[in-house]
Amino acid sequence: MKKSVINLSSISQKYVMALAGIFLMLFLIFHLATNLLMLAGDGGKAFGAAVEFLTGNPAIKLMEYVLFAGFLIHILLGVLLEWHNYRARPVKYHKSMRSETSTFSRFMIHTGIIILIFLIIHFMNFFFVRLGLVAIPEEPGIVVRDEHDFFSMAVIWFKNPLYSAIYIVSFVFLAFHLKHAFQSAFQSLGLNHTKYTPAIKVIGTIYAIAISVGFAIIPIYFYFFYVP
Amino acid sequence: MNFILKIWRQKNAQTKGSFKTYLLKDVSPEMSFLEMLDYLNKQIIGNGGEPVTFEHDCREGICGSCGLYINGRPHGPMRNTTTCELHMREFNDGDSIVIEPWRARAFPVIKDLVVDRSSFERIMHAGGFISVNTGSAPESNSNPVSKTIADKAFDAATCIGCGACVAACKNSSAMLYAAAKIAQYAMIPQGKVEAKERVDKMVKQMDAEGFGFCSNTYSCEFDCPKGISVDFIALMNREFFSSKVCKQKQT
Repeated sequence: MKKSVINLSSISQKYVMALAGIFLMLFLIFHLATNLLMLAGDGGKAFGAAVEFLTGNPAIKLMEYVLFAGFLIHILLGVLLEWHNYRARPVKYHKSMRSETSTFSRFMIHTGIIILIFLIIHFMNFFFVRLGLVAIPEEPGIVVRDEHDFFSMAVIWFKNPLYSAIYIVSFVFLAFHLKHAFQSAFQSLGLNHTKYTPAIKVIGTIYAIAISVGFAIIPIYFYFFYVP
Repeated sequence: MNFILKIWRQKNAQTKGSFKTYLLKDVSPEMSFLEMLDYLNKQIIGNGGEPVTFEHDCREGICGSCGLYINGRPHGPMRNTTTCELHMREFNDGDSIVIEPWRARAFPVIKDLVVDRSSFERIMHAGGFISVNTGSAPESNSNPVSKTIADKAFDAATCIGCGACVAACKNSSAMLYAAAKIAQYAMIPQGKVEAKERVDKMVKQMDAEGFGFCSNTYSCEFDCPKGISVDFIALMNREFFSSKVCKQKQT
């Protein structure tokens, strides 16, 4: 049989997938920490300062490219692995999947695709605006100063109940993805130990919930409590 | 007990197979699953038909020959049980039972419920051995092994190579099998000598056979009749990493 498209062994691909995943998980912590500044109650001053610092910093600029690479590798490799795995069983079972597995691990590609769709929407709403590819959103009563004024943009987006709902649902799926991802990354890297693995699993669950709840409270805050 | 059996029938590797339904009456609850199939075959032969072909040898859960995908699970509904150790009392009277062969590109069907598992053999040929000259047994104390490690290595060595891990895996991955075979040598001093070379060769062969890739769903561990732990997959990953990173230059 033809090997996978990428000329890397199965285990090397696992390592790459896990490392890219861990990088993205660290990024999520960083992104969440920045976003939570929006809840400071100072009309976006602290958040604005953070955005200014980040967009003006050449080291962060460089990290942006690394981040894109991380996303691309993780997504492309994920799709290729799924394709390879699909072909590894040409004749499917008539009655199958009665084996007990961790539920979320079975649907990584599905939750991954949902997150990718969210990512595209997210880019359209913020990143592409910054690049000038998408027009700055307009809303009566809210002034968006420039293409870096993400706070005002967020206010506009999150006042839209449909947008906020999509946002929150996406993070529920992200939690499902992360629930498996966290401990799976350790297993793939061979970091498995009878003493520590149970702790890693618990921390992974806490991480998945914390990240998703953290991101989800922002639209809830803007929709229900924020007065411009 | 009466059963409705839906069994995969396929004449040979070249032809396309299909399911055939059999009504089997008066099955004793004490029969093993394979005895039930023997009983069915006796009736089929009596009627001048072609018996259902399935693999079996020891019928005591040691050889790894029998392997049927029963009602959506390899080796049927019981944990830590091979098909031959499964008894009809585990089913309810009147149950409909779907029996399929292992499904994987690397396990092509030979006939009916028999698949070609020589891909497993080729993984073993690639490095699943220790190259020492035979001779008289060495002094046992010259190879100190702790009890914990010896037990773990033995746990890995209980793999009977039946292929249930591949059958259970949604990706048809053979990583639990390869990991058990690599781990049983990698942990003990006799096997450590060639550990790096071995993991490299065996993983290469496993990939060449066209098995899927592991995505850590752990259904292999759940359905392994010998309860082999996915910890060994992590060990294999570690071994593989160190074989790549710490490879010494040949002098």
